[in-house]
Order: sequence, then structure tokens, then C-alpha cells
Amino acid sequence: MKRLAVIAVAVGAAFAIVVPLFLKPYGIYLSSTWAVLTIAAMGLNLTLGYAGQVSLAQGAFVGIGAYTTALLMHAGVPYPIAFIAAGLVCFSIGWVLGYPALRVQHHYLAFVTLAFTTLVFLVLRNEEWLTGGTYGLSGIPRPVLFGWSTNGPVRFYYFSLGVLTVLATGTWWMLRSPWGRAFIALRENPIRALSLGLDTRRYTLMAFAIGSSIGGLSGAVFAPLVQYIEPLSFALNLSLNLLLMVIVGGSGYFFGPFIGALVAVLLPEWLRFIEGYYLVFYAVMVMVMMAFCPTGILGLVERIVKAVSVKRSPPQPALQPEGTSP
Amino acid sequence: MASFIQLLVSGLATGAIYALIAVGFTLLWQTSQTINFAQGEFVMVPAFFILEAMYLGAPFWLAILIGIALSVLLIGLAFKLIIVDPMLKHGVLPLVISTIALSLFMKEMVKNLYSSNAQPFPALAPPIDLHFFGAVISTQSLVVLAVAISAVVALHLLLHKTRLGRSMQATAQNPTLARILGIPVRRMVLYTFLINAVLCAIASILISPIYLAKFINGETLGVAAFLAAIIGGFNQVRGAIFGGFILGILDNLSAAYLSSTYRGAFPLLILIAVIMWRPQGLLGRVEERTV
Amino acid sequence: MRRVGIIATFIAAGLGLASPAHSQSTVYMPAVLEESGPGAVSGTNFRDGLKLAVEEINAKGGILGKKIDMPVFDSQSEAGVSRGLIQKVLDNKPYVVFGPVYSGSVLVDMQLTQAAEIPEIVGGEAATITMKGDPYVFRTSFGQQFSMPKIANYIRDGLKAKTVALIWVNSDFGKPGRDNFLKEMANDNIKVIADISTELGQTDFSADVIKVKAANADVIFAYVNEEESARFLKEARKQGITKTPIVGETTLLSQKVIELSGGASEGTMGHVALTVDAPVPAVQAFAERFKKRFNYICDHNGIKGYTAVYFVKYVAEKMGKFDSKGFIDVAHGLTITPKDEPNILMEVTWDKNGDIDRESFLGEVVDGKQKIVKILPKLGK
Repeated sequence: MKRLAVIAVAVGAAFAIVVPLFLKPYGIYLSSTWAVLTIAAMGLNLTLGYAGQVSLAQGAFVGIGAYTTALLMHAGVPYPIAFIAAGLVCFSIGWVLGYPALRVQHHYLAFVTLAFTTLVFLVLRNEEWLTGGTYGLSGIPRPVLFGWSTNGPVRFYYFSLGVLTVLATGTWWMLRSPWGRAFIALRENPIRALSLGLDTRRYTLMAFAIGSSIGGLSGAVFAPLVQYIEPLSFALNLSLNLLLMVIVGGSGYFFGPFIGALVAVLLPEWLRFIEGYYLVFYAVMVMVMMAFCPTGILGLVERIVKAVSVKRSPPQPALQPEGTSP
Repeated sequence: MASFIQLLVSGLATGAIYALIAVGFTLLWQTSQTINFAQGEFVMVPAFFILEAMYLGAPFWLAILIGIALSVLLIGLAFKLIIVDPMLKHGVLPLVISTIALSLFMKEMVKNLYSSNAQPFPALAPPIDLHFFGAVISTQSLVVLAVAISAVVALHLLLHKTRLGRSMQATAQNPTLARILGIPVRRMVLYTFLINAVLCAIASILISPIYLAKFINGETLGVAAFLAAIIGGFNQVRGAIFGGFILGILDNLSAAYLSSTYRGAFPLLILIAVIMWRPQGLLGRVEERTV
Repeated sequence: MRRVGIIATFIAAGLGLASPAHSQSTVYMPAVLEESGPGAVSGTNFRDGLKLAVEEINAKGGILGKKIDMPVFDSQSEAGVSRGLIQKVLDNKPYVVFGPVYSGSVLVDMQLTQAAEIPEIVGGEAATITMKGDPYVFRTSFGQQFSMPKIANYIRDGLKAKTVALIWVNSDFGKPGRDNFLKEMANDNIKVIADISTELGQTDFSADVIKVKAANADVIFAYVNEEESARFLKEARKQGITKTPIVGETTLLSQKVIELSGGASEGTMGHVALTVDAPVPAVQAFAERFKKRFNYICDHNGIKGYTAVYFVKYVAEKMGKFDSKGFIDVAHGLTITPKDEPNILMEVTWDKNGDIDRESFLGEVVDGKQKIVKILPKLGK
């Protein structure tokens, strides 16, 4: 199973690196969009899949990160600093929001984060002096990093892919560390984790804050990708879409967000021929998936692989029976 | 002062609708752990059933009956059997995701099959306005208030004065014990879904003349349902009712006296405050579960 | 391994490796529009106007012998998605591009079409669109910087108002309109004593009407979408606003509002650009055709789309060839009269920024119908 996973990841990575050669600018733009969404979904996966918290605020954090980056860049701040600032701002806001909010039960957190997202949208829309209001912020330049310009579809794609790789590696490392293993313990059995002396609140809060800051970093890449941001893009819809991405891909699986974002980006393309009905199709697909495979696509893959491997080598009884059954 | 009364009166009328929707939402949550993110769409769709029936020739009163029947069938029975039952064994989160997907499904289906434009919907009362301490209230609003209150009273009587109702309460409080006592638990849960469908259909008929039937109607109504239910008190029907009225009045007052660009913010801030400091809601009781 | 191979093929197909086969007998004029999301109503109206025109033209043999190929792509009312789709259609070398309607999306897409030197006929009304010095962007409706002065003049001269209560929708349509209106009012020394913002899709206007009443202004100016206009008017009449003139721009006096408001729009006045209610036979005929084809009454976005296609047809035929770059030289300063092209519906001139100059009307709702009170001439005449 593990070997298969490593091969799959290697193939996927090679594919991701090579893909621009086969695509026109539009396809490359879509690939950059996929990278951006994967980053945001990865953050949400940390909060939801690993720490078990239902957050509907991820879209707002993407927005906060995007606006932070755009405003700083307009003020002349070099991109790397703006990027880090976006992450830090979202981390702080995530921490401040999470501190009281995580005291409540899961379903209540969903509503608190829903309210938060709408409030952020209202602020972004109404405070025109800061955010440009309904007019949004336009003319966001493609960053120039150490003399290398990211302007141009292929260059920007490699930039966004690079950011994704760095963040994914960081997240992977974090989850493999003792700290990260505590997160997972939290998800599996919060009461037991408590009994083992884990300060569950601290870990959950950290997960939420880190997940939010990753969302903010996604926004920091989103802003120069589209080169125009407006409040509407970061309203509740985005949070719901990210949630669906994480769930469809497989909540709690490391590569779930990658798959979920891929589905979200590709589905409108494939289903273009059914015009207005593609959202209907997507909705039905999600419902069917929830009924039969709530662990998402990667959960399904895992099940299939297990079933195949069981078939190949069926489990042997521990002891050979001697004529009588236990 | 007249304007304050006007706001109060309009707020009560809107609040009555919110109360209806919140009650259904609370019932589902109480008896089957179903957080129905599609509740708003449940209120949006029956109007279209009725419009379609009228388009096919039925008179208004018949169309209403057809609409309610279809609602009970589709957003009551079918919803429970096809979506809730299979999901519930997987836990609450998959069900929540499914209802999110369901709301998207219903919205898009209406938009594609019908139209993205708003449709006029016949009113239940002639458009006469009554004057009343300087405030104006339309007969439509009075009908809304009257119907909503009757529905809620009827529900209350059902739940507390009939055997069926008390069985439903028992199911909500302690399903295992209820089963041991011989109460058909699954059927009781089914009844709450059917009741929710009826309440949503009634709400739909009440709001569509004013709001006009449109595929996005569910969006704000759904959020209003959660807000009302949580603010009022998630674990008591009367909490949901109270929450609905409070929300309606609060909406109007904040829009009039506080900033209009932030009109949506105040109910949200109250929601956050309630969840943080009094999660059982203003009228709810801590941790007890009652229908 | 095989699994990945299959996936690769799917992705490649989906991402446009398989490009549409441009046959020599069609001209590629794609549209990127809001078919879902908050902009769905504007986008679908614009789309259907485009479709009607394309069907009519193709039935008669197309443009210069080539049929029009106009696929429609859904931007989902998202600037990011529309940008991607514009890139997609530009990859396939169109003659011109139609849409989007959302001003935010237009501002992003314009940069791409300008770089690719492809004309873009948009539905956005924000003033900024034509102020960027982009020679490739064109409109078929008034920018708000032209429509607002017209109605402001009427408020100042016709109604002789000194104070105005303004109610507007806080969206990418209402906000720039409100800003332009405030500018005009400041120029005319008319005080705006109430500035009330409302939400898109808002249903309850009781609080807003109370504020309007309290302001007690000479005139009420309402700049909200059609459905909200109907709800606002109903509430206003209910609460006793009967004497104060209620004035609007484009949306307030449309047939849709008249129908939905059940009589409450009686007596409202306003500036009306090109609408299905204009007292011009060509427009009336178009409205009939549209209703027959699509089963609903189109709003001003439908007319934008319809006239856009005929605009493009005229330019192409005038040039005798499909030249995207040459298009802009012909189009700037161009005047098309109904004699030249009946389906342009009314005489229109394009200026060097891509904005139009056209007759418009001052109307009033009388007996449930829009009555034209005054014809406002073109500014350039």
C-alpha cells in the first residue's frame, strides 16, 4: 500500500512539473488555480481533517491574505515580505478567533465561522477607504522574485507550484513530528488524548491558526494570479467550496486536498457541454459520495486497494484448527 | 414613535416566518441530529411546485394543496429516506455536507428548469392596508402572522396534548428508552420530517407574494433559520419561535437605526455572542433535550 | 501507472488540448458571461440577446458568408474564472469577444483582450471601464457617467428639486452608479440628505422606507435592481409615500417592475435608455421576438447583447473582412443608423473610448404602462 502511494505521488509530481508543455495558456492558468485552491484546501484539511474542527471561515482567510498582500504590494512592499505578512496576519486572526470559538461544540463552530466569514465580507465591501470596496483592488502585479519575473502563464504556474510544494512539505513534516501526531490523536479520540495529558485546546487552537494562515498564504498567491480581487470572491461560497473540496478529496488524507481541488477545477471544464446543469451534477456526485463513501475519493481508493490486497492474500487464521471451532 | 411601531410590526411579520422555519429546523436537529443546511431551499421550492401546478391549470387553492402534498412527499419523505437515513450511520458531518450539496442541487434545478428571474406569486389576502397607531400593516402581513401563529400553536398542541406528540418528545429525549417502551421510533422521526416539510411549505406560501418566487430565496432564509434557532435556543421549540421574532425585529431595527451598510452584521454578532456565552440560547435549557 | 495515464488523457482533453475545429465556414465569436452566481440574471439576459441575434443572422447566411460560432462560457460571476475563460477563448483566436457583464470581471478581462488585440464588447456599466485608455473595449449601453448626468439634469430642471433622498443597491452595479449620482448632485448643488444602501436580493424594505420618509426630501432617487425596485415601491406606497416624486434610472421604469409591483410603480419617473418599452417600432418588434423565443421579457442586458452582435456584423461588412485589429479604427467614431442596419434598433454613435451616444427617454409610468414624456437627444448632436 505504502509503496503504491509513493509511486502515485512521484508520478503525480512528475506530471505536475511537466504538464505546462502540453497545455495552452488557459490550461496553464487553470493549473495555477488548482495550485492556489490546493493550498487553501490543505489548510482547511489541517483544521477539519486532522483536528476535526468544522470551519467555514477558510474563504475569509484566503480573502484576508489576498487583501493584505495586495495592499502591501501597492504600498511598495516587496512580495516575499507581503507573503509572510499575509500568513502572519491570518495566523493571528485565526488564533484570536479560535480562542473563544473552539470552546463550543463542533456544529456551533460551523455557525460561528459562518458568521465570521460574512462579517469579513461586509468589512471588505464597506470599508472602501482601505479595501476599495465593491470596486476591488486592481492592477496587482505579478511578483518579481530575486530578479526572476513571474509574469507569464508558465512562470507563474511554476511559482505557484513552488509555493504549494514548500507549504506541503512543511505541513507533511509538521504532521510527522510529535506535535503533529498529537493532532491526529486528537481527531481519533479526544477523550483519550485528554487522559494522556494533551492540552487539547492548545493543539486544536494551533491547528486552527495554522490552517487559517495557510489559507491566507493561498490568498497571497491568488491575488497576483488574477491580478484583481473583490470582496465577492471571498464570501461564504468560497468557504463552502473549499469544504466540499476537502471532503470530496478525502478529509484527513494528506493528498485529499490535491484531489479535491483537481475535481473542483476540472469538473466545470468536462461538464461544459451540459451548460447550466454542471452544478447539479456536482451536487448529486457529492451526495452520492457521502452516502457510499464519506471518506472521499482517497478513502475510496484506500478501500479498493485494501480489497484487492485482501483478495490477493486472504488473511490466514492464526492457528490451524484441529477439527473443533474455537 | 410611529416609525418605531412600524418597524416593530414589520419585524413581527418577518419574524413569524423566521419562527416557522426555525421550528422545523430545530425539530429535525432534536430528533435525528440532522443539521439541515438546505432548510432555506426547502422554503424556496414549494412556491415553484404551486406555480407549476397553476401553470398546468389548477386554481390557486388546489395548487396550494398540491404544493403541500408534493412538499411532504419530496422534502419530507424522500429527503429522509434517500438522504438522511443512508448518511446518518456515517455520522453528522457527511449529513451536513449532503445537505449543503442538496441546497446547491435544489437551487440549480429551479434555476435551470424554471428561470433565474423572479416570479410573481398570488397573495393570500387582498392588498388592503390597515392603520394602527400611526403604523401601517398590510392584510397580507396580518395573514402571515395569523397563519404562522396558528401553525405554531397547533404544533404545540400536537406535541404536548396528544399521545403522538408525547411519543415524539420521548423519542427526542431518549430514543433507546422510547424503543423499549414500544414507541415506533423510526416512525416518530419520520413524522418530524413530514412536519418540517409542511411548515416549510406554509412559510413558502406566506413569503412568496412579498419576496417573489426566486431560486436564491433560500440563501438568506436558511441563514435566518440557523440564527433564529440558535439565538432563541436550539433545544426547545419555543426557543426557535422566540428567536425568530427577535431576529425579525432586530433586522429591522438595526437597519433603521444603525448603519445600513452593516445591516447584516448585527444578527451575526448576536449569534456569535450567544454561542460563546450562552450556547443553549436565550430560552434554551442547558443540555436537556426536548422537542 | 495505467490509472495515471487515463487521468492524463482526461485532463488534457478538459484543459483544451483538443481545440475546437475552426471550420473555414464559421467565424468564432465566443461569449464569457455570468450564467450562475449573483450575476446570473444579467448574464443570462445578455446571453439570450446575443443568441437571438446570432440565430437571426445565421438564418440569413451569417456574416460575409460565414456562420457565427458563439459558444457561451460561464464565468460563475467570478473575476478569476472569467479571466481564465477569456484566456481560453483568446487561445483559439476569436474575431471579437462578448461579455462579461460584471464590471469587476470586465476590468480584469480587458487587460487580456487588449494585449491580444481582440475587440471586446462588454455589458458592464461602470464608468471606469472606458476610462482606462483601452481602445479594444466597446459598450452597447450607456456608461453610468453618461446616464447619471441626464437624470440629474431632469431632477434639477424638470423637478426643480433642492434635496434628494437616495436609495441604492450595494453591488458592482449600484455603487458606481451611486458615486456618479452623488458627483452630479454636487455639481448641481442639490443636497443628498439621505444615502441609504440596500443589499442585492433584499426583501424587506420597511426600515429603508422609514428612513426615506424621515428625510422628507423633494425627490427620491431609487437605483436598485428590478425586483428590489418592485418591493421597495410596494413598501413605499404602503407606508404612505404618494406625493414625493420617485425617480430612477433604467431599472425603475422597466416593464418587469411595473408587473411585479402590482400598481405601486404608478407615477414613477425616470431616465430610460434603450429598453423594450421604448416607443420605437423596431424595439417593440425585437421585444416581441425575444419574448416568443425565450418566454420572458428581457431587461436592458438583453438589448445590450442583441445590438452588440449587429454592431459587430456591421463593422465586419463595412470592412469586407474579419480583421480584429482594424475593427477598432472603423468602430471608433462610427455611426450606425437603423437605415444601415435595422436591428441596431436606434441610431448610435461610438466615441473613441468605446462608449455610445444615443437618444434616450424620460419616462413616466401611467396606467400601468411606460409613457415617454420627453425624448433626450444624443449628446453629440
